[in-house]
Amino acid sequence: MKRALQILALALPLSIACLSAPTQAGVFNPDTFSLSNGMRVVVVENHRVPVVTHMVWYNVGAADEGQGETGIAHFLEHLMFKGTNKRAPGEFSKIVARNGGQENAFTSSDYTAYFQTVAVDRLELFMEMEADRMTNLVLTEKVLETEKEVVLEERRSRTDNNPGAILGEQVTAALYLNHPYRRPVIGWAHEIKALSLNNVMAFYKKWYAPANAILVVAGDITAAKLKPLAEKYYGAIPAKPATPRARPTEPPQSAGRTVTLKDARVRQPAWGRNYLAPSLLSGETQHAYALEVLADIFGGGPSSRLYRALVVDNQIALSAGSQYSADDRGPSRFGIHASPKPGVSMATLEAKIEEELAKLIDGGVTASELARAKKRMQASAVFARDSLSGGARTLGAALAIGLKIEDVEAWPERIGAVTAEQISAAAKAVLKEGRSVTSYLLTKKTG
Amino acid sequence: MMTRIFGPLLIAALLLSAGVFSAAPAHAVTIERVVSPGGINAWLVRDHSNPIISMRFSFRGGAALDPKGRIGLANMAASMLDEGAGDLDSRTFQQRLEDLVITLRFRAGRDSLSGRLVTLAENGDTAFAMLALAMSKPRFDAEPVERIRSQILAKIRQDSEQPGAIAGETLFKTLFPSHPYGRPTDGLKDDVAAITQADLKAFTAGRLAKDNLIIGVVGDIKADTLATLLDSTFGGLPAKARSWTLPEADPQGAGRTIVIKKRVPQSSIVFAEKGLKRSDPDFYAAYVMNHVFGSGGFTSRLYSTIREKHGLAYSVYAGLHPLDRAGLIFGAAGTANVSVAETLRLLRQEWAKMAKDGMSEKELADAKTYLTGSYPMRFTSSGSIAAMLVGIQRDNLGIDYMDRRNGLIEAVSLGDVNRAAKDLLRANKLTIVVVGDPKDVTSSN
Repeated sequence: MKRALQILALALPLSIACLSAPTQAGVFNPDTFSLSNGMRVVVVENHRVPVVTHMVWYNVGAADEGQGETGIAHFLEHLMFKGTNKRAPGEFSKIVARNGGQENAFTSSDYTAYFQTVAVDRLELFMEMEADRMTNLVLTEKVLETEKEVVLEERRSRTDNNPGAILGEQVTAALYLNHPYRRPVIGWAHEIKALSLNNVMAFYKKWYAPANAILVVAGDITAAKLKPLAEKYYGAIPAKPATPRARPTEPPQSAGRTVTLKDARVRQPAWGRNYLAPSLLSGETQHAYALEVLADIFGGGPSSRLYRALVVDNQIALSAGSQYSADDRGPSRFGIHASPKPGVSMATLEAKIEEELAKLIDGGVTASELARAKKRMQASAVFARDSLSGGARTLGAALAIGLKIEDVEAWPERIGAVTAEQISAAAKAVLKEGRSVTSYLLTKKTG
Repeated sequence: MMTRIFGPLLIAALLLSAGVFSAAPAHAVTIERVVSPGGINAWLVRDHSNPIISMRFSFRGGAALDPKGRIGLANMAASMLDEGAGDLDSRTFQQRLEDLVITLRFRAGRDSLSGRLVTLAENGDTAFAMLALAMSKPRFDAEPVERIRSQILAKIRQDSEQPGAIAGETLFKTLFPSHPYGRPTDGLKDDVAAITQADLKAFTAGRLAKDNLIIGVVGDIKADTLATLLDSTFGGLPAKARSWTLPEADPQGAGRTIVIKKRVPQSSIVFAEKGLKRSDPDFYAAYVMNHVFGSGGFTSRLYSTIREKHGLAYSVYAGLHPLDRAGLIFGAAGTANVSVAETLRLLRQEWAKMAKDGMSEKELADAKTYLTGSYPMRFTSSGSIAAMLVGIQRDNLGIDYMDRRNGLIEAVSLGDVNRAAKDLLRANKLTIVVVGDPKDVTSSN
């Protein structure tokens, strides 16, 4: 119950809401090597069943798109299933299915990834096919225009039909003044409609190359067995220099912003606040780990400060929480959300949240809160090892945004090293109204 | 995930028919039947590769048994069971779960109340003890009762404006106008408002018992340790659940189209027709047939025609949806208001075509290699294995089912699938609900 409401109230952009790669990884003990064309390879062994997850990640996402081309990274992801010199449109998926494989693909602001989960004896076939579509994609106008309609339907499903998602998109555009994180991953509808075959192929040729790609294979395999296959299929692709990811950066932010959406479809109002925040790779990166612990203590679950204060003790909210991800290539955000109980005004709710924020900024966190949060977060590394795809996803995402394997592997220790002083410093540095967007999702009375 | 997400119902349908593997690629798990000294049964798959324990359990009888005037009781009870028990008030209980990183959740379905316990092996004793306390001595204190009630009411309110939720609720109401399956599992607003502490206590006392309990455990635990924990955790439950009857449900509303006007850019379409129960001898034939027709990932006929060829929808599928007292084929699609008529035309066309012409040998062969070859993928996390252990027991498929399952798929012939298609897919019997502002589509009669 609690969780479901929190998710409804989140109103985060697609890149975070759908893809938050759990950094709460832990130790996967991967093996790594590189191919001569610059493609990196990661292997995570897991021998529970004779199955592997085979993923290829590209160091390109929605934040790497050109002006006027929002949605092109995600559109290309759809189009990658439409055939090559060797294979007709849709044949890729038919072969995957015929071989008992499961597949999917996803796009965030920072990366695009494709994967199949298959019996290990079929792995070689999928490596051949995935390598093939890295450089041999063939598209026609007709295929492109039909798939565009699918993407526009996807946008309607995800965003246009949902007032909370519409507000989330507007909040993101307001939070980032200049950084391309301001764009929706799925793209603005008018720009999706204008994407042409030339745009898409130019984007594909610019970014889809071995030096911009990472192969991750997890499951019943070893690096020694994978290496000759990786060299045969991916190593044969001609080398090209890695494409630089030049993105506009944020100017200093000095004025807090407010974004309000009133819609007759809203049956449960929601309050939100997003602060521009550093990530592990952008801004005041020294605060990143402290912010992860802070988000957990302040609003990470039913025992968190915010949930207790708003939902349990004062009973003015139905849900409340906070979230932060350190794993972004560019500037991240520290988000807070709450839904008022019927009859409680936004002003009352906001005042109480401000009070809790002030307490946090002035008084920091207690030793007991800190110890409990660390223990919880570190234990999550053990659970992350349980599934076949957990390690593959975490490691792939980390490398694709520009982190190192050791950043994932050492995560439990780095969380363990966070001090109460660091949390106070991070709270003081980041939770500044002038660098935030406050959002209101409200009911519009019809009549 | 950005692309290609399928509806949760499809996933549910696949899980319900959870099967297992035979012959070639071994599923590599061994099921032990553990019987505690007190007579509690559980199926166990030991896995010492990671120090965690995953348990799933289920009590037969779910929200469909909610008493008149208290529709939503099972759902609310499920949400309340982790909100304080014994000497531990809600705050203390929740804090302890969080501190020990124990996941404890209950969920009400139409036919069962199910639960999930996931813990580090080192905290196993405490985790099981907390579950025991939650089931035997739930407190249902006023503060958490009111808090959870207000959260459920908020969800009901939100769903009342959410096109997909309205469509699903309307469809079930239409299919089962006078059967409990027609009622929303989350409950009715006024009924949820009226639920008392006494109702919740009566629910747990009457519904959580030993004779309707099914347990599956996976992870870093020995059989004898589990046997002891089974008694201390479930041994205190009453021997028998309060007796219940749930009549058979024959889906109504065949051939009806219902349009509910909402000013949204995309219409939500849901559709259903009478299907099969899990115990039906033709279930496997229907399952393989429907894989080709509606749930075969990026290759099903509905997907190829409506999404791939015509670009009319992002998500479109149909899946078998077996309940204890009824069977359905259920599906959904979302499309722009202007494309609803065309999408429905194609849907009916595919429906009729499969019934009339059936499928080819090649389609059948491809479906079988997928369904049998992908079976090991269900064994890639301890939670999904535990869920299968419960599902197989629930459907009385037998402890050797995992070894037999692929053989059952292989045994389906072209005659079987085409007969199933003819029996099941009757385009003129489809019940369709559209929520949105569709152009040129109106409610029938």
